[in-house]
Amino acid sequence: MKSRGREVVKRRSVRPFIFGVLALGLLLAVWESYRNWIGPWLGTERDVGKVLGFKLLPRANDLAMPSVFDMAREFGRPQVRGSSTNVFEAVAQATFNSLQLAIGALLIGTFVGVGAAILMSRFKVVQRGLMPYLVISQTIPLIALAPLTVTWGGQLSLFGFQWQKWTSALVLGAFLSFFPIAVGALRGFNSPPPAALELMDSYAASWWSTWRKLRLPAAIPYLTPAMRLAGSAAVFGVVVSEISVGLTDGVGYLILAYMQEGTSRPAKVFTAVAGTVVLGLAMAAVINAADRYFTRHRPPEEFA
Amino acid sequence: MTFAVEVLAVHKVFNSGRSNQVDALTDIDLQVAPGEFVSLIGPSGCGKSTLLRLIADLLEPTAGSLLVNGKAPRQARLDQDYGMAFQQAGLFEWRSVAKNIELPLELKGWDKDKRRGRAMEMLELVKLPNRADAMPWQLSGGQQQRIAIARALAAHPPLLLMDEPFGALDEMTREHMQAELLRICAATQTTVVFVTHSIPEAVYLSDRVVVMSPGPGRITEIVQVGLGRARDEGTREAVGFYEKITEVREALRGGNLGGLTNREVAGIEDR
Repeated sequence: MKSRGREVVKRRSVRPFIFGVLALGLLLAVWESYRNWIGPWLGTERDVGKVLGFKLLPRANDLAMPSVFDMAREFGRPQVRGSSTNVFEAVAQATFNSLQLAIGALLIGTFVGVGAAILMSRFKVVQRGLMPYLVISQTIPLIALAPLTVTWGGQLSLFGFQWQKWTSALVLGAFLSFFPIAVGALRGFNSPPPAALELMDSYAASWWSTWRKLRLPAAIPYLTPAMRLAGSAAVFGVVVSEISVGLTDGVGYLILAYMQEGTSRPAKVFTAVAGTVVLGLAMAAVINAADRYFTRHRPPEEFA
Repeated sequence: MTFAVEVLAVHKVFNSGRSNQVDALTDIDLQVAPGEFVSLIGPSGCGKSTLLRLIADLLEPTAGSLLVNGKAPRQARLDQDYGMAFQQAGLFEWRSVAKNIELPLELKGWDKDKRRGRAMEMLELVKLPNRADAMPWQLSGGQQQRIAIARALAAHPPLLLMDEPFGALDEMTREHMQAELLRICAATQTTVVFVTHSIPEAVYLSDRVVVMSPGPGRITEIVQVGLGRARDEGTREAVGFYEKITEVREALRGGNLGGLTNREVAGIEDR
C-alpha cells in the first residue's frame, strides 16, 4: 500500500515539472522566432503591422523585444559598470529578500485571516458586521495605500521598534493575503455536518475543543486553495509596495531600476522579471509542501 | 430502582407561536430499565428522533421532565453517561480508526496510553483488531459503523442512544450488524434506546418496541417482544418473531386514528 502511494505521488510531481519546462521552452521559441523572422517579415515586407493607422503588432527590435540570449547574457554582466557583483547575484539577492517578505506577509495574513474566521464562525454578529468591511477593504487600491502606511507607520513607536519601508511592504502583503484566508477558513470552519457537531455536543465538548478537534481539521481542504490565492496575493502586495514606497532591496524595485536602463541595456529588466517569476514559483512550492504535509492522511480524491 | 431513562409528561413544540408551529411530541411517558433494549418506531414526523435527542440533551423539552440515570439530562451529558451513534458513521476522515475511537476519551482528558489501551479493547470487541491504524475511507460501510459503535461505547457509558445506525447498510450487512450489536450490548451490559424504520429490526433487537405516530407525535402502543434475551439467526425464522412483527405492524396502522391512510405510514419498512 505504502510504496504504491508514494509511486502515485512521484508520478504526479514529475509530470507537471516536465510539462512546465516544455511550455517555457515553447514560449521562448515563439519569442525568438517572432523577433527574428515573423516580426520583421510582417512589418517590413508585408507592412501588415498597421491596422487603420494603429500599430497592433509589437515592433521586433532589440529595444522592445531583446533576444532571449541577450537576457541570459545579462545575468553574467556586472550590476553597474565596474561593480564586483553581477546581475545574477543582484537579482537572486533581491528575489530572496522579497521572498522573505512575501512569506512573512503570508504568515501574518494567515494568522489574521484565521483569527477573523474564528471570530466570525463563533459569533454570527461579528460575521454580519465584519464581512462587508473585509470585502470593501480589498477594493482600496494598493498604490494609494502604500505611501500612507509609511506616513502612519513613521508616527508609531512600538517598544523602540522603528517602522521601516520593508514593514510597509510586509503589512500590505499581509493586507492582501488575509482576505482569501479569512473567507476560505470561515467556509471550512462551518463545513462540518450537523451530525458531527451533535456528536461533539453529546460529548459535552466545549466550543474551543470542538474547534480544535472538528472545525479546524475539517477546514484544511478549504484552506489549501485559500493559501494558494493568499500566496500570490502576498507576492503581488510585496512587489507592488516595493515599487510604491521605494524599497530598494526588493525585486519589485529592481524592475523599476532596470527599466531606467531600457535604452542602454534593454535586456536587463527581463532578468528582474525572471526574478519575480521565480518568486511566484517559490511561493507556490512552499504552499504545495505545506499542503502535502497537512493532507498526508486524507483520502485520495477518488474516495473523497 | 433507578431507571436508565425516565420520561415524564414531555411535550416538545418547535417554532412555538409561529405559523409553522409543529407539535413534535405530546404527552410522552416512558421508562427504560437498566440493561433493557428499547426501540422507537414510527413513520417520519412521529418525533422518534426528537425523543432520542431530548434524552441526549441535544434538545430541551417544552414541558415535562426527563431523567437519565436518575439525573437531569444536562448532567448526564456532562458526565458522559451515554454514547451516541447516528445513521452516518460520521468518522473523522483525518483520524485513524483507533484515533476516532479515542475521541471521547481525549475529551475526557485520559492520557495517551490509557486511551490506546481502551481503543484496542474496543477494536477486539467489534472484531476489527487489525485495523487500528487504517484510515476510515479504507473501511467498508459496515466496518465504519462498527467503529462508530466502538467510539460510542469507548468510555463505557451505561446507555447507548442510536438513531437508525444501520439505515444506510445493505440487508446482509444489516442483519449481521444487528446480531453483533446484541452480542456487544450483552457483553457490556449496556442499555439501548434505538430509533429505527424497520419493523423486523425493532422486533429482532428489542425487549420492547415503542410504536409512535405523527400529528402530533405520540406513543400509541408499547409492544412487549418476549422472545427472551438470547437471539440468533433462528430467531428470525421463529413463529413468535412473525407474530410480533404482525403485532407491531397492526399497532402502527391502529395508531393512525387521525384519518391517516396507508400511504402516510409508507416510511415504514416491512423487511
